[in-house]
Amino acid sequence: MNRRLVLLGLLAAALVALPAFAGPYALSVATLILYFAYAGQAWNVMMGFAGQLSLGHSLYVGVGAYTAGALYFHFGIGPWAGLWVAIAACVAFALVIGFLAFRFGISGVYFALLTIAFAEFTRIGFDHLAWTGGPGGMFLRVEQRETWDLANFRGPPAMYYYTMLALAAGAFALCAALVRSRAGYYWQAIRENEEAAQALGINTFRWKMLAVAISAAMTAVSGVFFAFYYNNLFPEQIFHISRSIEIILGPIIGGLGTLFGPILGAAVLTLLSDGVTELLAALGIETPGIKQVFYGLLLLVVVMFLPHGIWPPIARRLRL
Amino acid sequence: MLLLHRVSKAFRGLRAVDEVSFEVDAGSIAALIGPNGAGKTTTFNMIAGVFPPDAGEIVFAGRAIHGLRPDQVCVAGIGRTFQLVKPFAGLSVLDNVMVGALLRERTTAGARRVALEVLERLHLAAKRDLPAASLTLPDRKRLEVARALATRPTLLLLDEVMAGLRPVECDQMVEVFRSLNREGLTILLIEHVMRAVMALAGHIVVLHHGRVIARGAPDDIVRDPAVLECYLGEETEV
Amino acid sequence: MDWTLVANVVAAGLLTGLVYGLMALGLSVIFGVVRVVNFAHGEMMTVAMYAAVALFAAWKWDPFLAMLPVALAFFFLGYLLQAGLINPFITRPEHSQFMLLVAVAIIMVNALLMSFGPDARNVQVDYQLESFEAGPLLLDKARAYAAGAALAAAAALFAFFRYTLTGKAIRACADNWLGAKVIGLDVKRLYALTFGLGSACVAVAGCAMVLLVDVSPPLGPYYTLLAFVIVIVGGLGSMGGALLGGVLIGVSEALAGLFITPSAKSMFSFGLLILVLLLRPQGLLGRRA
Repeated sequence: MNRRLVLLGLLAAALVALPAFAGPYALSVATLILYFAYAGQAWNVMMGFAGQLSLGHSLYVGVGAYTAGALYFHFGIGPWAGLWVAIAACVAFALVIGFLAFRFGISGVYFALLTIAFAEFTRIGFDHLAWTGGPGGMFLRVEQRETWDLANFRGPPAMYYYTMLALAAGAFALCAALVRSRAGYYWQAIRENEEAAQALGINTFRWKMLAVAISAAMTAVSGVFFAFYYNNLFPEQIFHISRSIEIILGPIIGGLGTLFGPILGAAVLTLLSDGVTELLAALGIETPGIKQVFYGLLLLVVVMFLPHGIWPPIARRLRL
Repeated sequence: MLLLHRVSKAFRGLRAVDEVSFEVDAGSIAALIGPNGAGKTTTFNMIAGVFPPDAGEIVFAGRAIHGLRPDQVCVAGIGRTFQLVKPFAGLSVLDNVMVGALLRERTTAGARRVALEVLERLHLAAKRDLPAASLTLPDRKRLEVARALATRPTLLLLDEVMAGLRPVECDQMVEVFRSLNREGLTILLIEHVMRAVMALAGHIVVLHHGRVIARGAPDDIVRDPAVLECYLGEETEV
Repeated sequence: MDWTLVANVVAAGLLTGLVYGLMALGLSVIFGVVRVVNFAHGEMMTVAMYAAVALFAAWKWDPFLAMLPVALAFFFLGYLLQAGLINPFITRPEHSQFMLLVAVAIIMVNALLMSFGPDARNVQVDYQLESFEAGPLLLDKARAYAAGAALAAAAALFAFFRYTLTGKAIRACADNWLGAKVIGLDVKRLYALTFGLGSACVAVAGCAMVLLVDVSPPLGPYYTLLAFVIVIVGGLGSMGGALLGGVLIGVSEALAGLFITPSAKSMFSFGLLILVLLLRPQGLLGRRA
């Protein structure tokens, strides 16, 4: 236990100190890693803990981003107030999907396809919603990028980095607490065998709904961050299934249902993808798609040879 | 304590359970026996809330429980095991039992304490940190019982927990159930292993083709000609 | 409302829907037997379309001629994919299979991007501008041929499963995997064969489709989703359901394009998917598990 805390402390210290050493590019990569670590953690609550395979988490990124974004764009409502509306909107979506799926007994592959269908449905809906700019997108004003303005969430890259660090750390702490709580035990029981869980007095419907709601609420926050970090939102991008896949790659590669898996997975995937880009640039290869082919091959190798992800064997090696 | 009154269930026209009535007294151990396909597990599943009966009533501790969901039945005080064991394979033995214990414990620490007590009782304490997937079949059966016990039931439904156990292990299990029963736990068991049934049950209900064909004390049951004909005659497992 | 126009749109949707149906048939057969959801299905479709484009560009092969070699190549490709890559995954959890096929899909789509670039490609044959007249209906010749090829391929597959020994063996595998193993069927080989056949369906559908639409790499994920919608609507694992689902989606897309706006057409399909999942999760022609 102490070993774990020491390592965790070292990691935290390194992450806090990072902006002092890293250039703007490295900082943006680190922010992206933390973003995926956070979103992966959120998805992991639903799939890793409760065993409900969502392939449509882009829905919550998108609804979160568009809700907070539109409130800012149309009414000048800042991200901190918008955040709560975004969370409420995403939780509402999640509860509707969860209610329909769990009441109608949809599970496994069918549940996964239902989540895709809702995400796609919403994407096309936003394509036709003039209020948010339709397919042409919505662009948020950026007054300045120099001084820390937390109220409007405008400032230098380091501000975004630290925000994302705080979010990732918060998500880690929340998940660590959840997995050791009644909810964690019940979710894992449902994941392993729903019928047995129910026979032990667990109202599986209610606990699955809770997992879906928490996961959606957490993902909503990542959506709000997305909106105010990138400042332009296109339905085609934000709701796309590839965005959902991006989110879930980290936890699956890192180690499903583990606390460090999403973080490690996000780091490995982001660095790999960047590394491949750099390598190809250095070799002077610019064929579009080649980077993704490498990426796909690496993914294939990891999925084939490390079915439980990278983290479990490392954890064993480090005796954590 | 548990009362079934003319309970029936049909699957696609086939009457799996046909107007079955029996009673289990508080503090007793009763056994439900009968050849394969007699409707024993179907009866269990109706008591446990897996599916509702087509007709009839199931009353537990003075309250009608037919139509309740499995989790509600468990909350009402009925614990059950599955004939085909259903461990939470990826969780440790201790965590498996803690899931059950959390039903009546407010904290995980309390649940851990209860779970350890139960594991001790079922001789599984030494294996508490192993993943449930690594257990042998007899241990999985024990785990199944441990999990159900951890929910602190007043009535325990056991579905063939002795099957596959060696005689020594079987006697050990019998001893566990006897001591639990002495402490006030009511038990209803489905069992093929007659050695265990005769050792445990004070009252036996015999099902055949979904109907109750005999009931009574074990000594009377083994002499009942109808039972001998349908059941004991073709069973070799004594 | 001009009813001739509506009738023509419905007829075109129906013909395109048959090609969709053949594509989805491949997915459905693979799922029905191997119990693996092929998340790279649309990408395979796109590869087939590009193969037809390449054969046309190189030797002026008509896509209907290209169908045969492409289907044969896809059969072996699918066979190898199943035998080499997917077989070890059939006992793994669903998300694991999903990741494997997503990786395959990413590789396929980007290999296409590398080889052909991001621009849309197509083939141009002279009969694309011609049409059959049937009363008030004007049917594009290319579309009618494509639908005919799809029907023929589907019929061949039906016949294979119904009348050949191997086909029956595969159906036995689908019904009872363990039983099939017990009576000595080589389940792994039959799975590979099934994946090969499913891939061949996609190949034929792809070659036919290239006459109707321009192909570009992003079409891959789109077709994967479309194939899912179709098989869920028709019933995962049901062969007739896949064709029916394809026709339904083809017609509803065409009508949505006419009455609402073309860009909203897939919203229609996804709405239909959600409804079917909720009200009849086994699909229109599927059997309840």
